[in-house]
Amino acid sequence: MAETNTLMGKAAVLEGLAHHPAVQAVTGWNADALIDAKFDFRELTLTIAPEQIRAAAITLKAAGYNFFDDLTAVDWFPASPRFQLSYHLLSHAFKERIRLRVMLEEASPEVESITPVWAGADYYEREVFDLFGIRFEEHPNLRRIMMPDEFEGHPLRKDYPVEGYR
Amino acid sequence: MASMSGMPVLEVAQGAKDQHMVINMGPQHPATHGVLRLVLEIDGEIIVRIYPEIGYLHTGIEKTCEAKFYHQVVPLTDRINYLDPLSNNLCYALAVEKLLDLEIPPKAQWMRVLLAELSRLNSHLIWLGTHAMDIGALTVFLYTFREREDILRLFEAVAGQRMMTSYIRIGGLSMEPPLDFLDRVQAFIRSFPEKIDEYTNLLSGNAIFRNRLQGVGHLSAEDAIALGVTGPPLRASGVDFDLRRDMPYSSYEKFQFNVPISNDCDCWARYEVRLIEMRESVKIIQQALDGMPEGAVKADAPKIVLPDREKMKTQMEALIHHFKIVTEGFAVPAGEIYQGIEAGHGQTGYYIVSDGTAKPYRVHMRYPSFPTLQALEVMCKGRMLADVVAVIGSIDIVLGEIDR
Repeated sequence: MAETNTLMGKAAVLEGLAHHPAVQAVTGWNADALIDAKFDFRELTLTIAPEQIRAAAITLKAAGYNFFDDLTAVDWFPASPRFQLSYHLLSHAFKERIRLRVMLEEASPEVESITPVWAGADYYEREVFDLFGIRFEEHPNLRRIMMPDEFEGHPLRKDYPVEGYR
Repeated sequence: MASMSGMPVLEVAQGAKDQHMVINMGPQHPATHGVLRLVLEIDGEIIVRIYPEIGYLHTGIEKTCEAKFYHQVVPLTDRINYLDPLSNNLCYALAVEKLLDLEIPPKAQWMRVLLAELSRLNSHLIWLGTHAMDIGALTVFLYTFREREDILRLFEAVAGQRMMTSYIRIGGLSMEPPLDFLDRVQAFIRSFPEKIDEYTNLLSGNAIFRNRLQGVGHLSAEDAIALGVTGPPLRASGVDFDLRRDMPYSSYEKFQFNVPISNDCDCWARYEVRLIEMRESVKIIQQALDGMPEGAVKADAPKIVLPDREKMKTQMEALIHHFKIVTEGFAVPAGEIYQGIEAGHGQTGYYIVSDGTAKPYRVHMRYPSFPTLQALEVMCKGRMLADVVAVIGSIDIVLGEIDR
């Protein structure tokens, strides 16, 4: 969509991609909820304040990003904030994908569920809960999905060993 | 995955205890295409709720990837969707190549398109055979597996492996295809459209098959989008979206093909969409054969792409590069990337986070069967128990890619 190469930081993206539909939607809704932004590898990443993620999802869905594509987490242990959630949204109309990013502190890895916006986020949020231990408020059925219910620990965390017994 | 202590995962709603019953289907059930367990709440023979239990094939493959060099992840990708191996290779390779900013030679790109389409045919043939077998039309399975065998022989010719190909590598292909490979593909696709006619002769006019699929498993376009359904089931619900056409990769923009759509939203629509897709794949393969460019099949990046065997025996640099890549891997610039492709079952996506070292910091695989399984309850609710089998067949799931 944009011919720009790399834009780092909120100010650069707001200036360089002022006409991008996702940027316009977010600034028109609540520019303060946008903490950081970048455009690299031809992909737009918007960092959203954790408590605003559901409102951001509603805003972007209305702006044309109609398809919820993917959700996963990244553990930046031992850095702080430790957890990163990456939401990928796809627009069938613009034929373009954007990434929403939410950074969470280790002490309270909890964020609003977006299942009221896209029912399809159900399994993805359960998977992130199971493998990273991040909780999603108001999720209809926040249970482990890959590991057995009695399992202890969250295997995709970086402090969980790759081999051997815990 | 369920509790190991045998706690029930689904309780009958209060007030319906006298009428409803909870039954178990799978995980060892031939019609669930793997180890899928369904817990069904039924009222007589009518489905009230379905609760899919997954995780029986979970191997933690995403965690394994974090401990491997980038090039060592390629063989792991084969094993996720083992019915469509080259699409997995392709998606992973494209993602890493984007991070590395690698230029892929035209011949490699066209070969990738050709192989991805053969892989799609492979995936669709297994779907058709097993779907028909679930419904009770046992013969078709033998016919589709006959052609699948031809495709596996083609894979064996290029990769040396029938199923776990690992042929598409970061930076191109693992090696030149054999000299007669393109002729063999030509011979295969020349006869293949007749074979599709043979399948439709067996199935489309079959009253039992038709009645088991028509009007069964209705999935509206709104539900399909809300639940994250992609690929043929999405297009059978009337949504005109195909990544090959709309967000092209690996030079798909140079190929002419139609994207079949149906507005019927039922199992029959999914059957028809996939059959037309097979014919379109043949067209794409024919175009790839006709216009196959000359040249190398590997990018000119000696620090990333393994050298040819002959060069290693004659050139010192090639031997050093080989040693370095195998023992230390290669560093990938820090950043995050998401690459989506249209695989046989729907949209496959790889999300890779690099911290600048030789091993990926995080690899996440988005596979189409995982969200599509969520739509099962919507499609089966209020229908008969036997329709569950038809619907599972029509959404074409692979448990390897659901559980990862």
